[in-house]
Amino acid sequence: MNHAQEASRLSFFQAAWVVARRDFKAILFSRAFFFFLLGPLFPVIVGALAGGIGGQVQREAVSNTIAVVMSEEDNAAMLEARKTAQEGIGGFPIMVTLSRVDNDEPIDARSLLAANDYAVVVSGTPEAPVLTGTEAQMNRLDGPVTLLAAMAAGNAPSNYPTVTRNALATTAAAAKSDRIRTAQAGQLLLFLLMMLLAGMVLSNLVEEKANKVIEVLAAAIPMDSVFFGKLFAMLGVSFVGIAVWAGFGGIIGALAGEALPELPEPALGWPLFILLGVAYFSMGYLLLGSLFLTIGGMATTVREVQTLSMPVTMAQLLVFFLAAFAMTNPGSPLELFAAIFPLSSPFAMLARAAQSGELWPHFLALAWQALCVAIFIKAGATLFRRRVMKSGKGGRGKKGRLVSPIPIEPQ
Amino acid sequence: MSRNEHHYNSGLAIEARGLVKRFDDTLAVDGVDISVPEGAIYGILGPNSAGKTTTLRMLLGIIDPDEGVRRVFGHDRPHEIAKWIGYLPEERGLYPAMKCDDAIAFMGALRGLPLEEGRRRGRELLEGHGMGHAIDRQIRQLSKGMAQTVQLLGTLVHRPKLVVLDEPFSGLDAINQGKLEVMIRELAKEGTTVIFSTHVIHHAERLCNDVAIIAGGKVPYAGSVDAARDRIPAQVRLETRNADGEWRSALPADARHDAKEGGGHFWYFPIPDGGIEALLKRLIDGEAGILSLSIERAGLHDAFVEIAGAAAARALEAEEDR
Repeated sequence: MNHAQEASRLSFFQAAWVVARRDFKAILFSRAFFFFLLGPLFPVIVGALAGGIGGQVQREAVSNTIAVVMSEEDNAAMLEARKTAQEGIGGFPIMVTLSRVDNDEPIDARSLLAANDYAVVVSGTPEAPVLTGTEAQMNRLDGPVTLLAAMAAGNAPSNYPTVTRNALATTAAAAKSDRIRTAQAGQLLLFLLMMLLAGMVLSNLVEEKANKVIEVLAAAIPMDSVFFGKLFAMLGVSFVGIAVWAGFGGIIGALAGEALPELPEPALGWPLFILLGVAYFSMGYLLLGSLFLTIGGMATTVREVQTLSMPVTMAQLLVFFLAAFAMTNPGSPLELFAAIFPLSSPFAMLARAAQSGELWPHFLALAWQALCVAIFIKAGATLFRRRVMKSGKGGRGKKGRLVSPIPIEPQ
Repeated sequence: MSRNEHHYNSGLAIEARGLVKRFDDTLAVDGVDISVPEGAIYGILGPNSAGKTTTLRMLLGIIDPDEGVRRVFGHDRPHEIAKWIGYLPEERGLYPAMKCDDAIAFMGALRGLPLEEGRRRGRELLEGHGMGHAIDRQIRQLSKGMAQTVQLLGTLVHRPKLVVLDEPFSGLDAINQGKLEVMIRELAKEGTTVIFSTHVIHHAERLCNDVAIIAGGKVPYAGSVDAARDRIPAQVRLETRNADGEWRSALPADARHDAKEGGGHFWYFPIPDGGIEALLKRLIDGEAGILSLSIERAGLHDAFVEIAGAAAARALEAEEDR
């Protein structure tokens, strides 16, 4: 190989360096890279939140309150025993005492449990306590109640009373705890579906931009329609996917039979819960999708879209955790915020459908979410028109500006 | 009568007044005025970055002007009359996986044509343009020229009243350029208004009744091609055997003189005030030895140089050479 031939092309490593340098600079100086840098921080936040929320859900989901309904003296003795035990040993459940106007008044433990967030009701006397609750709660609290009753009767630790057990199928606390499971399952399913499906929208406009079809569309129909049509097409595709997955799920469920865990019935009943689930998935998808479409529309290459997808997924996780955390405190300001904030609203409201029997908030929430979808689409389409449809083939400068126009000479 | 009807009845397909568009800190279009009569073939002539595409995009409602008004068939919002308009953008774009007839039908559907009708018309158009064999082919399987033809047919499939073509000749070979010229003339014959942008003066000169010359975001001239050419006086080209004599005083003092290789002389000058016949008489009487005499009318290129300036003309020529 002579010198001229050598100089006419780059060596393998020189060429590799040129490509690497260009790509490195292109990624480093893109706006998407900033989010990419933030991306790895999200798992740390998510991990912390997940741990906190998991514990919170666990604590909140299981009621830890014992209601004592005995005579005034016995109530006081039980409270004193609990105080002593708590100070000496610790870890005892919360105890509330309920007073009766008349000691002869019969105790309706079932009604108390149905109407209140109590784990069990303890009646009778410290010498002969009667424990009422679900089998699971009684198993859990039998020991502490026996010890406290013995202490209240002045017999502990040598002599323990026999506890009479009065088993119930369910209590308000148990139902609440169970419904939280349904709410969690609903939220998780919603989140997984959105994670799987909404991300596809990110790259949706890149194809049109790459194929230059976007201008044909923009000239023929308003950009809002382009956005809207695209979102609904993707929602339709998602439903097809869900239908297929649900079909497979149904087959697996049929094959697995009782091996699968049964979820408690949501407060609004299964048919309405499923219907609301479909509605909230649609709204959540359209809300997230309109944001993704706008973000993806700003990207000029598939590489930029890929770089954006990770921080976007992490943002989805944060929204999910907000809704999951808020679910543990129905009616709290945080839950209200999660229900109002458009991106977390579908998650929060689905959880509410599992936990609360009120229907009207869902109509309100769906209307609000639909309004937000419209606003997001309008804003996204406007931004797209302003930022993207700028100039012709020959008119773009280095940074997307028009190159200096040729001046008109004086005539 | 509504305002829209009034403008529509005024016989203008497009009317734009004082269009201004800024992108960030760059003024892309600066006070453009355009009036396109119905049924005309109208050219927007200018070099790259002159503001042609931005102007067309504003006229079509793809982007909104920062200032000024535009009306298409009297409508302020061109999307409202999308069915009447066909648009071929400068950067051609089709979905690569679509079949040719589907692509045409899709473009028609965007303009309100039922998909089945669009497909039927698409097949007819493809066969009519010698592309019957490609009806079921995917766009990605076509050559660039064929794909451009498909997109052009998609632009016309819904039989629009106004066809807007952004640099339609770029990327086409000479044969396809000729075919496109024929198509444009046929459209105009059928009463369709055609407006196209180009940086090739000859296309504008051959096809257009009217042109807007655009440079630096401004339109220094909009009107008929003839009027543009008439802005420069016709030039006389005289060839004589003799170099000098009494007859020389009949020529304008600023007449340009070129000696002809192997004898003879050329003289270039505007038609004198006394007219060409008086000049001829004095040349004959003075024995100039006339070898030839012709009156040459200025071309659109000369008019462009005169109107937009030499720099814009050089930019235009550079693009034509590309």
